[in-house]
Amino acid sequence: MNMNVIEASGLGKRYGGTWALRECSLAIPAGHVAALVGPNGAGKTTLLNLAVGLAAPSAGGVTVLGGLPAGSPEALDGIAFVAQDTPVYRNLSAADMLHLTRNLNRRFDQSYARARLNELGISLNRKAGRLSGGQQAQLALTLALARRPRLLVLDEPVAMLDPLARHDFMATVLAAMADDGVSVVLSSHALAELERVADYLILLSQGRVQVAGEVDDFIAGHRVLTGPAAEIGTLAERSVVHVRRAEAQAHLLIRAAADDPVPPGWESHPVSLEELVLAYLREPGAAALPGPAREPSEVTR
Amino acid sequence: MTALTVPARPREGARLRPVPWRRMAWVTWRQHRFALAGVAVLLGALAVYLWITGLQMHHTYATACHPARSLACAENFTGQYGITAILVSILLQAVPPLIGAFTGAPLLARELETGTFRYAWTQAFGRWRWTLGKLVLLAVAVTAAAGAFSVLFSWYNQPFLAAGYVVPFSTRVFDLRGVAFAAWTLAAFAIGVLAGMLIRRVVPAIAATLAVYAGLAFVAALWLREHYMTPLLSSQPNLPGSAWVVNQWYTKGGTFAFPAHGSRFVSAVTRLCPQNSPVSPSQCLAQRGYSQWSSYQPGSRFWPFQWIEGGWLLALSVLLIAVTIWLVRRRAA
Repeated sequence: MNMNVIEASGLGKRYGGTWALRECSLAIPAGHVAALVGPNGAGKTTLLNLAVGLAAPSAGGVTVLGGLPAGSPEALDGIAFVAQDTPVYRNLSAADMLHLTRNLNRRFDQSYARARLNELGISLNRKAGRLSGGQQAQLALTLALARRPRLLVLDEPVAMLDPLARHDFMATVLAAMADDGVSVVLSSHALAELERVADYLILLSQGRVQVAGEVDDFIAGHRVLTGPAAEIGTLAERSVVHVRRAEAQAHLLIRAAADDPVPPGWESHPVSLEELVLAYLREPGAAALPGPAREPSEVTR
Repeated sequence: MTALTVPARPREGARLRPVPWRRMAWVTWRQHRFALAGVAVLLGALAVYLWITGLQMHHTYATACHPARSLACAENFTGQYGITAILVSILLQAVPPLIGAFTGAPLLARELETGTFRYAWTQAFGRWRWTLGKLVLLAVAVTAAAGAFSVLFSWYNQPFLAAGYVVPFSTRVFDLRGVAFAAWTLAAFAIGVLAGMLIRRVVPAIAATLAVYAGLAFVAALWLREHYMTPLLSSQPNLPGSAWVVNQWYTKGGTFAFPAHGSRFVSAVTRLCPQNSPVSPSQCLAQRGYSQWSSYQPGSRFWPFQWIEGGWLLALSVLLIAVTIWLVRRRAA
């Protein structure tokens, strides 16, 4: 699949006088679990709302699934969205929610949905409002997956869940990805969880894209150098993202490959995704990896 | 055709058919059955009451009112049932705003307040179609229920009209009969829906709906309705009993002298007619060359007035619903 599931150029959204997102240009290729990471107020939810057509851009544009306008009937048909706090109609039963979703969509895999709820031990007769938080999230995810979307968009799906429910939720997402080849874009604060599931990363900060690219490239392109703090000056020409000093020791996160030469007196270590993300979040000015060249969405004839 | 040509991936959109409208009927019923049941219970209970008391009333009217405006009729019929009928008609004035506030206002406000619009508006049905489908179905349902109810009320009210106890244009019953009751219910629903979309919270939207409806109903009853058609003029002292007198005044020598009410009338009468005069003030004024004029709406204009009121309320409701759908398309999240 050679297309971008979300493609934004110069995208901006203003609420009143403040820009929740500005100058956002990115392309998320299909076939990934793409994680949208950033501090509170970075514009993650705004970006996702724009992509699913809930909000209209104040500037620029966003297309989905290889060039469809966000929010168009074709786009809505191919995208399933699970919003923050996984809203469900509290006074409807799980069976009603299935039927409701079936009636509001052209495709709905009723037998899949029933089988999954059964597997999860969610009674169809139970009112959605009486399910636990984890079960509500699973119900919302099941409804989304039963639509057989090409893109699944999840906004902070696990924020309210306990660790076990988080694990189960993400396992479902990964299984759908493996079985159906659905592309996934999710925003999350749970960095440890992302390390397990995400293979593409977009780091948003203050309404702008700071980092965008494949997780493996991102990790492989960074090393931590540990050495005497006094000698930091000798590394000035290196591309340093973040410096952490501990007594006489300094830990430098730099942009470098594993086989790059290490200066004498310094040690080079690989870096974990969580460390890397935290370092970038601490340095909102640093940018890395412009991401893949944006592919034209129209195929040349 | 060369080997290099990449077949353009057929856009699914090119042959994408929208989700059929009829599916919205199930969705609307499932989500709003309790609101619709509430409307049914409210109107049903009132209908049972009107039916039972109406039957007794019609029976009494048939036995006591020969002829319709006799003393026996006044004693045994209107004397017995008149106060109840007044209370009932005042109570029924509250029905359209209650239906509008409790079915219309939460329709979008609850979705926006609880966040479920993020679910509903990202389904393939599409959000403006979702809104239009729901609004039309519910609007038709509540309007039809109100229309049926007002037929029953017209039957209930009929003996009082015949006995001359109430005139067709009475503010108390004009908007409970004919097409007006259904039209006011529709307008209340449309006001509620728009208030819900703008305010985005259920309880304040309900309060706003009741306030806006009350304002509109007062304006219509006290100022607008008398201007629907140009009133007729008459210098006859006795107008038909069904006439709605809009204004009365005195002229002398073809020019306006003073109104037939208020302080200017009182001062004119005390000036012109001695306190111990044997004739009534109007006779006294007539003897002194003043003639009384009335502008009035004849009772025969009841149906034109009903259609005018129904027409502008329908236009208003369509406008409010169109604005709501426009807002849903445009503004969200």
